[in-house]
Amino acid sequence: MVGEAVVLSAILFAIGTVGALVRRNVIVVLMSIELMLNAVNLALVAFSRQWADPAGQVLVLMVIVVAAAEVAVGLGIVISLFRNRETLNLEEASLLKW
Amino acid sequence: MNEWIFYAFSAVAVAGALGMVSNVRNTVAAALSLVASMVSLGGIYVLLEAYLIGVLQILVYAGAIMVVFLFVVMLLNQRKDGFSAGRQWVMKTFGAVLGVAGAVGLVGLLPARFPEAAALPEGFGGYRALGVMLFTDYVLAFEVSSLLLLSAMVGAVILARRSAD
Repeated sequence: MVGEAVVLSAILFAIGTVGALVRRNVIVVLMSIELMLNAVNLALVAFSRQWADPAGQVLVLMVIVVAAAEVAVGLGIVISLFRNRETLNLEEASLLKW
Repeated sequence: MNEWIFYAFSAVAVAGALGMVSNVRNTVAAALSLVASMVSLGGIYVLLEAYLIGVLQILVYAGAIMVVFLFVVMLLNQRKDGFSAGRQWVMKTFGAVLGVAGAVGLVGLLPARFPEAAALPEGFGGYRALGVMLFTDYVLAFEVSSLLLLSAMVGAVILARRSAD
């Protein structure tokens, strides 16, 4: 079951990458990044099961903390972007583009 | 028996992820597909004997984090994207190729067969095993993560408030 879980994690990571690159709705991009973090968590849990080492699960806890912080700050940025530009389109957020 | 449950959860996880990425019309539906994906990932964690992580996955990810996402989607209430078509097909082709190549490459890195999984000690994956580790070996990381959460909280409040002029 460990091997299958790692394959599933690779598939989910690839789907998340595609979502983060292709979609232009900034909320969907953030959700794709969450999906990528989840895929990494799955790989960590699978390897932790493989070698019976709970350190991988502690690392998963840290990833969950970072994901929560990222969502809080990211959605704050989304709200202020929407307030300034009236859009959720990533291509409109181009102030820093040269 | 466990294998079939695992495959069912995997199918739901992949379907939910695909639904989230491919739903261009309704952001709320996309967020709910991601919730389905995360809940089934929680089930897979339980099958991999990471019980505490499975519970936390459902409580924190499928519960708290996705509620915040849904809250923001409904707060901003954009019915139509109205995004211009532009060079969409270039990005779509590029993304599809990159996704397939990435998945194949990552799977190709794996060994054909994993060795037999190690025998588990008593209480593996429970709150006691993880709690003891978290407060002995990894106590510094634990404390730093609380600082990170605090700074993220302050940052989110400052970013999202209306400017005080």
